Amino acid sequence: MSIRQKPTKNPADGGRRSSLVGSSVVTLDSIPISEIQSLLDKAQYIDSHRKKVANTCNGRVLATLFYEPSTRTRLSFETAMLRLGGKVIGFAGAQLSSATKGETIHDTVKVVSQYADLIAMRHPKEGAALVAAHSSDVPVINAGDGGHMHPTQTLADLSTIQARFGRVTDLTVGLCGDLTFGRTVHSLITTLCRFGNVRFVLISPDELKTPQYVLDCIDRSPTCSYVEAKDLSAVIGDLDVLYMTRVQQERFFNEDDYLRLRDTYILDEGKMKLAKPTMAVLHPLPRVNEIAKEVDDDARAAYFEQVRRGMLMRMALESSVLGDKLPGYEENKEVLA
Amino acid sequence: MEVTSITNGIIIDHVDAGTALTVLHYLKVDPATTKLALIMNATSHALGDKDIIKLEDVEDLNLDALGFIAPRATVNIVRGGKIVEKAKPELPQHLVGIISCKNPRCVTTSEAGLEQRFHLANAERREYRCDYCDEEAER
Repeated sequence: MSIRQKPTKNPADGGRRSSLVGSSVVTLDSIPISEIQSLLDKAQYIDSHRKKVANTCNGRVLATLFYEPSTRTRLSFETAMLRLGGKVIGFAGAQLSSATKGETIHDTVKVVSQYADLIAMRHPKEGAALVAAHSSDVPVINAGDGGHMHPTQTLADLSTIQARFGRVTDLTVGLCGDLTFGRTVHSLITTLCRFGNVRFVLISPDELKTPQYVLDCIDRSPTCSYVEAKDLSAVIGDLDVLYMTRVQQERFFNEDDYLRLRDTYILDEGKMKLAKPTMAVLHPLPRVNEIAKEVDDDARAAYFEQVRRGMLMRMALESSVLGDKLPGYEENKEVLA
Repeated sequence: MEVTSITNGIIIDHVDAGTALTVLHYLKVDPATTKLALIMNATSHALGDKDIIKLEDVEDLNLDALGFIAPRATVNIVRGGKIVEKAKPELPQHLVGIISCKNPRCVTTSEAGLEQRFHLANAERREYRCDYCDEEAER
């Protein structure tokens, strides 16, 4: 129930349709793995056929409703639509919207859905995306609802892992830092569990350990397992993927706790020397100091590639929910140009 | 101790000891305006101790709310001084408008007109979570 999609209007016509057409995407949990794999394939196709897909969403309008600050995510959604040939409207900051006059999410979204073909919304309140999905007459993509869900970040993570290893299974994935409040960590773990065959190494101080419901999710998977660790140096050599996270100040009520835990794990050249030569370092960004700048030049640093793949995945997702077929791409079968 | 039986109404038996007042709260029964009898911490073979709630002239009961707060209770419908029907509440799949989300970051705390909705996340643990933010419900 917490995770669901609501079929909305069906703007597409003709051709084979995926189950995403006309649906809102509040979380990945209700999207079948086959659909997520299809999005990964589409993103790959888009990357190698940029010109061919440049008019896929001609005449479409994306509305980006961002009630809180965001650099990467908003620009990524907007660039994705522009690169597909569509246009973009919206606001960046609640102070620029009618929320300052007390308008509800329901009313704002209902109104905007009369203008646009698709809405991407970020809101500080948890569950806001579900409210928007229920209110809207067009599909809504959750661009982050507080500390709750951020499905397109997980798509970016999966796409980066897929690009580095050619698969998202049969890997040892280490997650490091704030595993309590990090929504991207929880979402990545639960989604990888659905793919199966992943060994998780959960690296955090006692105060920021993985919540029980996420551990339960790993336990329920017949092919996934986990170990918990405190020392990054001791386990980094076992990892195929190292997913670093920021200790987020906004998730703490007590600044002393934040300052004490902020510097717990810092990835630097010294630790990278202990890692496999093929390990990929991911990070949802923005970083504070948890990855030293010197690591940026290491070929294993995948976090800027992750940003680019996030845009490609948003292109795949936007065209999919709109039902706009990528020229030359067939579902379940990539046609080479 | 003797409590006069009711003629028409509902008897809720096998309520966990000491929780009768909480059950009334969740059932939205106002003790100030309802003819009722509470028997608290009575001896029970099954539960050790139990509470019993007798409601006179009450016909409707929110079994979903009762299933949430007192899943081991039994409900006896009384008409003309006799028990004419028995019911056993079950853990409801959904709770609508019964409890409120305690998460200060939940959208239900700021969005006007939004109904409080929870779903059963784990039946074994009787765990309910908010439909919107997934915060676990508190009893």
